[in-house]
Amino acid sequence: MDNFSTLIGGIAGDGINEAGITVSRLFSRLGYHIYMYYDYPSLIRGGHNFSIVRASGQKIAAHMDRIDVLVALNQETVEKHTSRLKDRSFVIYDADKVKLDDTKHKGCGLTITQILKEAAAPAVMKNTCIIGGYCKVVGIDWAVLEDVLKKHMPKKLDLNLLVARQGYDQATEFCHIDSHLEKQDQKPLPIITGNQAISLGLIKAGLGAYVAYPMTPSSSVLDFMAKFGPQFGLKVIHPESEIAVMLMAQGFAYAGFKAAVGTSGGGFCLMTEGLSLAGMAEMPVVVVMAQRTGPSTGLPTYTAQGDLHFVLNAGQGEFPRFIVAPGDAEEAYYWSCVALNMAWKFQVPSFVLTDKIVSESQYSFDIDNAGDLTGELKEQAQQAPLLWDGQGTYKRYIYTETGVSPLVFPPQKGQVIKTDSYTHDESGITSEDPQITRETSDKRQRKGQFMAADLERYETVKVFGDEKSKTALLCWGSNKGACMEAAIKLGLRVIQVLVLSPFPERKLKDALQGVERLLAVECNSTGQLARLAAFYGIKIQAQDQILKYDGRPFSVEDLLAQLGRALA
Amino acid sequence: MNPKDLATTAKNTWCPGCGNFSILSAMRSVLAELDGEGYPIENVVLVSGIGCHAKIVDYMNVNSFYSIHGRTLPVATAIKIANPNLKVICFSGDGDSLAEGLDHLIFAAKRNIDLTLILHDNRVYGLTTGQYTPTSPQGFKGKSTPAGTNEHPLNPLELMLVSGASYIARGYTHGIEQLQKLFKEAILHRGFSFVDVLQVCVSYNNLYESYNKWTYTEQGNDAASFEEAQKIIRSWNYDRSEVPIPLGKFYEIDAKRFDQSFPEYRPNLSERDSKIKTLLENFI
Repeated sequence: MDNFSTLIGGIAGDGINEAGITVSRLFSRLGYHIYMYYDYPSLIRGGHNFSIVRASGQKIAAHMDRIDVLVALNQETVEKHTSRLKDRSFVIYDADKVKLDDTKHKGCGLTITQILKEAAAPAVMKNTCIIGGYCKVVGIDWAVLEDVLKKHMPKKLDLNLLVARQGYDQATEFCHIDSHLEKQDQKPLPIITGNQAISLGLIKAGLGAYVAYPMTPSSSVLDFMAKFGPQFGLKVIHPESEIAVMLMAQGFAYAGFKAAVGTSGGGFCLMTEGLSLAGMAEMPVVVVMAQRTGPSTGLPTYTAQGDLHFVLNAGQGEFPRFIVAPGDAEEAYYWSCVALNMAWKFQVPSFVLTDKIVSESQYSFDIDNAGDLTGELKEQAQQAPLLWDGQGTYKRYIYTETGVSPLVFPPQKGQVIKTDSYTHDESGITSEDPQITRETSDKRQRKGQFMAADLERYETVKVFGDEKSKTALLCWGSNKGACMEAAIKLGLRVIQVLVLSPFPERKLKDALQGVERLLAVECNSTGQLARLAAFYGIKIQAQDQILKYDGRPFSVEDLLAQLGRALA
Repeated sequence: MNPKDLATTAKNTWCPGCGNFSILSAMRSVLAELDGEGYPIENVVLVSGIGCHAKIVDYMNVNSFYSIHGRTLPVATAIKIANPNLKVICFSGDGDSLAEGLDHLIFAAKRNIDLTLILHDNRVYGLTTGQYTPTSPQGFKGKSTPAGTNEHPLNPLELMLVSGASYIARGYTHGIEQLQKLFKEAILHRGFSFVDVLQVCVSYNNLYESYNKWTYTEQGNDAASFEEAQKIIRSWNYDRSEVPIPLGKFYEIDAKRFDQSFPEYRPNLSERDSKIKTLLENFI
């Protein structure tokens, strides 16, 4: 067996996400890669939350439906998830709250209520107690858990250690993890979400300000920036609306600060007015656009890939934009860094388009393996924007071959820096002249062409799996993880389109060489990437579009089953 | 510096007799004067919305951000936070700041951010050729309300007072010396300054006669008193014109500002790299 899955379930308020992260850290310390999917409804207390932590010797970015251990803090968890158990799976549960049919399932119950009562510990510590038991069940040494708790639960550490140890001592050993997973000697990696990786990528590229109004699943970028930003000199603002957010980002850009904003579909609707301003005024701004199930409020805490064409076309008028859709945390880090620099190099809006899965799932994150930001691309990844040389009279929108006009920021003695939402002349003064109208439009389009040429040096399309296979899966964003695993099992090629604008037509056609059958895998109901590819002459039949639009991501089994039917 | 040095080659397209000429002239004079008093012109950034008022930035050879309708303040807020040494002055209309961008206005006052907002309050939409605005009196007959409006106007000064603005004044485009005085005070005030300018629109809402009859300058008032400011501000509610309309500075206090709460420190790129690696240790 090459991977091991644990599902932890309870009610909101039980700390299910945190418990999942703790389990992830245990596996990380043993040298495994992890991926954690977190499923929660849109409420604060109650409801059913669960985390699926999957550990593997290889890099993974998808969950599996079947699990090896079920950790149940309430009865609902058992009822909802025992169907995921394999013949040799095990259940550990709160014996004071949960009844398990032991004629059907192997398991052990811990007297958690009693343990907490004797230790005079608060109810929230039940997850520490059950994780203590979990370590015994799967044969993780007490010392490993002790190390994780010491580092991550410094508050009331002694009490946490006490209840964890009680849980550990009371549980029975079911297996030893080494018998499931080949021992790894990889150094323990940090466990972070895609949103945290995005934050770090933006910071690496020189972010000066982050502005956002909270909206799931983008809010954790704001939380991260607000918490850790000050040590990077970041100015972090949570203003009155997404409208203000988008305009503030451009005030920062005008003053020379690299700024980013974050939102989900509904908030992005409000930003489109300001987005079009960024197009006209040539203001660099990065938009982290984390998709969730729509339309409208939809499913706030569930996933979708339904906003690709919205982001491609948002804002009145015509202007170039950069859009990248990373498929895991390492890509999120690397491409966020690139996105900020694209915004400033070409003075365009730049999008990091994610979904709930990339944004909120936990990944093992190897910064040294997150794309080449040190070699050839170092200069690209950290370069200053084109700056004015200080000669003559400054004109903010001077015409150039590339369409990119040099920037300078106030104050500049003897110079005037004018930015304008109207059609404007080279100095930034409003004009309704037909020739200027045409010339400024051409200028904006030239920037798009130069950006497309610049992107030739980047891996905007990736190929995985059997690169010679005549059958290929076409995917974008978070489906990369499930597609890669399914492709390995079925001997298929996977083509991941990372950059969606400017569309990497030539690279995609190169990746398609020798492909006779192409299947699109997307989390929407209309095949949005397939539709975009069709515009470039790449046709995918309706029956070859594997679409999932129930708010939940593809599990590996799910995708394998659907591909099995499509390829039968 | 001569105020004429602050002109541009842009052709002025305001109607002859428009109150905006007074605002333009007063602002040029004040900025030229301030340039000689330790506030260099290159440190000034003008931000405008959309409407007749907004054209002012095309007519001033000063740094500017010609924004979109209602959105002067978020742009200006970020410019100020990015560089607190800049003097950021917003020009906005009554439709611009009181309708489309009302939330930004309330939040700018609430934050007491160090900006100045000049409200070109002509009480009509001019550029869209004559519709009522939030400060038009009840019964105003405009193109969108041919039978007269059925709502009362907002009193923007009252709103600013309760929202936290720390400098509040009103001028009139027939009193250019007073405008200069108020503009200069407002720009030098540290905190959110709001100057309501009764700006006459000669084409769609010519109130010269009424304003000439009813406006007076408030003398000897205690501008540090919230209660006194509130009383003066409430004495005319933009609805009835048959009462005296006070002009002058009504309120000025010193209060903590939003722009004082941000880090000045900016690490270079290699410092960022090492800090990122250190930070990631917390996630193992």
